[in-house]
Formats: sequence, C-alpha cells, structure tokens
Amino acid sequence: MHTMTPGQIRALIARGKMRDTLFQALGIICLAIGLMVIFLLVGDMLMRGVERLNIEFFTEFASRRAAQSGILSAWVGSLLVMLVTGAAAVPLGVAAGIYLEEYARRSWVTDIIEINITNLAAVPSIVYGLLALGIFVYTFGFGQSILSAGLTLALLILPIVIVSTREAIRSIPAMIREGSMAVGATRWQTCRYHIIPYAMPGILTGVIIGLARAIGETAPIITIGALTFIAFLPPVPFTATGMDGASAGLFDWVMSPFTVMPIQIFNWTSRPDPAFEVNAAAAGFVLMGMVLSMNALAIWLRYRMRKTIKW
Amino acid sequence: MQTQDITQPQHPLKAEARNLSFYYGAVKALKGINMPIHDKKVTALIGPSGCGKSTYLRSFNRMHDLYPGNRYEGEIRFFPDNTNLLSADVDPIEVRMRVGMVFQKPNPFPKSIFENVAYGLRVRGLSNKRLLDEKVEQALRSAALWDEVKDRLQALAPTLSGGQQQRLCIARALATDPELLLFDEPTSALDPIATGAIEELVHELKKRVTILIVTHNMQQAARVSDYTAYMYLGEMIEFGNTDEIFMKPNDRRTEDYITGRMG
Ligand SMILES: Nc1ncnc2c1ncn2[C@@H]1O[C@H](COP(=O)(O)OP(=O)(O)OP(=O)(O)O)[C@@H](O)[C@H]1O
Ligand SMILES: [Mg+2]
Repeated sequence: MHTMTPGQIRALIARGKMRDTLFQALGIICLAIGLMVIFLLVGDMLMRGVERLNIEFFTEFASRRAAQSGILSAWVGSLLVMLVTGAAAVPLGVAAGIYLEEYARRSWVTDIIEINITNLAAVPSIVYGLLALGIFVYTFGFGQSILSAGLTLALLILPIVIVSTREAIRSIPAMIREGSMAVGATRWQTCRYHIIPYAMPGILTGVIIGLARAIGETAPIITIGALTFIAFLPPVPFTATGMDGASAGLFDWVMSPFTVMPIQIFNWTSRPDPAFEVNAAAAGFVLMGMVLSMNALAIWLRYRMRKTIKW
Repeated sequence: MQTQDITQPQHPLKAEARNLSFYYGAVKALKGINMPIHDKKVTALIGPSGCGKSTYLRSFNRMHDLYPGNRYEGEIRFFPDNTNLLSADVDPIEVRMRVGMVFQKPNPFPKSIFENVAYGLRVRGLSNKRLLDEKVEQALRSAALWDEVKDRLQALAPTLSGGQQQRLCIARALATDPELLLFDEPTSALDPIATGAIEELVHELKKRVTILIVTHNMQQAARVSDYTAYMYLGEMIEFGNTDEIFMKPNDRRTEDYITGRMG
C-alpha cells in the first residue's frame, strides 16, 4: 500500500470520529427511551395514587371502602414470603453453584444439569405454581400458607441464584485458588476462606435480583391460593394469639394465610368502583419502589465489591 | 541425559525424579526425566519457553491434580522418608503441606497482610493468637518484609507493591516450614531492585530449606543456584553444578542456549 498524505490521514480520522459520534448519539437515544418509559410509568402511578400515599395506607388493612383501605397485610405478606424465599433459595442455590464450579468434574452429567438449569430459568412461572400446588400445598400439606408461597418462589429464583453464584465464582482468578491449595488447604477450606467470601457480593447481587423478580410474581401465588382479602396479620412469635390466648411459636407465622402486593393490586383493579383504582395505583407505586430499591442495593453491592476486592 | 558429579555423593538428596513423564490429556509435556534435588541447595531450571519447566515444577506439589485429564508416570522420591510424591496412595494435600510454592505472578489473597501469612497455619488448625503472631512475625522476617509491614499488618495485601507482594507470598509459603520450596519465575514481574531483594532472600533461605527455582534469566540462575538443569522439549538435557553448566556444558544444545544462540 502506498503512503498516505497527512491530508488523507486526517480525512480518515474524521470519518472514524463521525461514526463514533453517530453511535454515541444512537446509544443515548436508546437509553433515554428506556429511562423515559420507566419514569412515565412510575410518574403516572404516582400521580394517580398520590392522594392515598399516607401513613394510614401502610397501617390499614384492605376494606370495602376504598378511602379507608390500606396495604398492611399485603406488604407484610410480601416481606414474609420474601424472607422464606431467600432462606430457602440462598443455601440451596449457593451450595449447588459451589458444587458445580468447585467439586463436579466436567462430564456429560454436569453438561445436562447445566442445560437444565438454563432451561429452568425460562419455565413460565405459572408452571411453578402448578407444581407447588401439587407438592407443597397438598402432598406436603403446607396448605395455602406463607411457607408454600415462599418455597414456590424459591424454586422460581433458584436458577438465578445458581447462575449468579457460578459467575461470581468464575470471576475469581485461578491463581487465588492455586495459592490456597498450594499451602495444603482442602477444597472445602479453599471454599470457606476464599471462594465464598470473594463471591459473596456477586451472589448477593444475584439473590437480590431474584427476589426483586419474585416480589412482583402474581400467577404462581394465585395458583397456590393466596387470599385476595385478608384483615389480619400472621402471628408474631411469642405473642398471645386468638381467643385461647396461647403464645405463638417462633415459626407459626409460616403456616399463616396471607396476601401479597401484586395480588392486592390485582384485586383492586378488578373492582367496579373506580375509587379502588387510586388504591391500585398507589400500591403499584409502592411495589415499584420496593423493586427499584432492591435493585439499587444490588448495584451498590457490586460497586463495593469492585472497590474492596482486588486481585 | 548427561550428568556431572552426581556419582560421587556430595550432599544428601532431598528429592529425586525417576523416569518422570507427564501428560496434559494426550499431550506429553515431560519425557522421562531423571534428576536429583540436593538437600539445602538451590537448583535452577532453565530452558526455552514451553520446554516444560513449570510442568515439571508443578509435579512436585501435585498442582496438576487440580485439573482433570492430567497424568503422571514415574516417580518423585522424597527424602529422608523415601515417599513417592506421585503415588496414588499419597494425598496431594499431604504433599503440599511439605512442599511450598511461590508463583510467577504474586498472588496474595485479598485479605490482610497478617491473614495472608497466617493462612497456612490456620489451614493446619492453629488458632492460638499468640502462636500465630509469633509465627507470622518469624515468617515475615525470613521473607525480609517485617520491617516494611510491621506497622500495618491489618492492611489489605493487594495494597503492597509488586515486590512486597511477592515477598509476602514467600512469607506465606515459609510460615508452615516447608521442606522444599518451589519458585516459578518469581521475579519475572518485578523490577531489578525487587528482583535483587528476592535473589538475596533465596540465598539466605537455602540454609534451612531446599529450593527449586525456574528462571528465564541466565544471570539469575548463575547467581543464585548451586545446581542447574537445562530442559528442552520436555526432556532433561543436562544437569550439573551451576559453574560447570555455565563454564563448560557437555551438551551442544545447552551451550547454544546459554550463549544465546537459541531460545
Ligand atoms: N494446561 C495445559 N494443557 C495442555 N498443554 C499444556 C498445558 N500447560 C502447558 N501445556 C504445554 O506443555 C508444554 C510445557 O509447558 P510449560 O508451561 O511447562 O512450559 P515452561 O517451560 O514453563 O514455559 P515458560 O518458560 O513459557 O513458562 C508446552 O508445550 C505447553 O504448551
Ligand atoms: Mg512456565
């Protein structure tokens, strides 16, 4: 090739820069569209529901009169279901992820498991509901309880937890693992002192993203039979319950009937009285707030991880 | 293979490779290596890139066992107990408890300086705070790092400079009193001053531990080692006293490599 003159070089660079600018503009436009949709949705719900967003809205049960209805049983229910979901999905998912990354030898069996986990993430959530109805509600006899709901959603987010655990583990350099094994550590010691702590921020990020998905799930929860109207809270441990005055056990609440935020919203939108739509918008705004703050927590964790764990 | 001087016993042996071959799956990376490792001496491994130095070194602490598909043939006898390190009956963890390793790139854990050095002891079940303190200080002193870090033992190890990190990794390996210490190009990521510090350290350490060191740097091999082995394409071409290998190598290929005509 012949030598280019300075003029030709400059023209070439100018053309390249032009494309840079074009691509940047395109990216910003796409980003703006995405952000605008979220802002519009949240803003719209906020505007329509703002008159109901006061303390009473959070401390009152649902009622037949829209103006006095609140989301107390719904947000408490959502929180407790998430607690069970997390308590079940985290140990199971993390253990499975660690096993697959650190212990299992590559073979066709692990390949099949891998494909299955990926597919599991794509199973429609209603199918998990049907499965749970058969297994948790009837076979295990957990009934239409917080426990059944929590375990169902745990199944739903298990693939997310497993995949994020494996990704977090894979981002740990091999030389760290070798450094640990080289002083005579066992696999378990290496996991306990290094792999798990270093992967933890990544695992937590996955767990939170999973929970943020689970908290908005409606279909499987309806399938296993959450109540749409409920005017009591699950028993608080060690307090007197009901008429007999007996003290509630530490885990009695898991067997309690419940409702959750999305079901409450669904219930309100299906009422003929338009006043309930205001409630639905307000509750939708609160649910959005819950999900977004969970995502914010995940982002913050990731940021902290990048800052504190360097190789 | 040509050997010099090993017929007349000069020093007791710490280890001896006997007809050692190694396979990465179907790839034969080591081809029937025989070589003595003299006790409390520094043995350098030299040879062109890809000749199998790291592969050979990592056989001594069974590092290859971490990955599937790897296979050893032959023996590495370890003295004085005459154990075959490669035997299927010998637990690789037991081997690693006796043979320490320092890697090419410093690989401190993202934990405190103290925890990095204490790790090997914790793995062995030591939890007594006073004893840990004592052993950690001892190891850091042996690694010539104590004076630089004694006021910030709780600082994160990755905040140290590259040379300090490498000495920290040496301290980590020393804390558990290994009988044999493996170095895989420990100074290739360091500047000349940090390199000098490590070389001096190696010289100091051979009073108490046997050392096997891979290096690409001919001067380094000449400076720090008592014995030198030249490897080529997975074979041990020549082994002998460092002086003799560098002054009057027996094998043409060794001479070519040392004089820079190859490699
Ligand atoms: N994991 C592996 N799988 C397959 N072949 C490998 C693997 N690691 C190394 N090899 C091959 O084994 C041979 C020896 O490699 P080794 O890393 O021991 O060389 P080396 O002498 O240490 O080289 P260098 O001086 O560049 O570090 C090379 O041909 C290399 O390609
Ligand atoms: Mg190498």
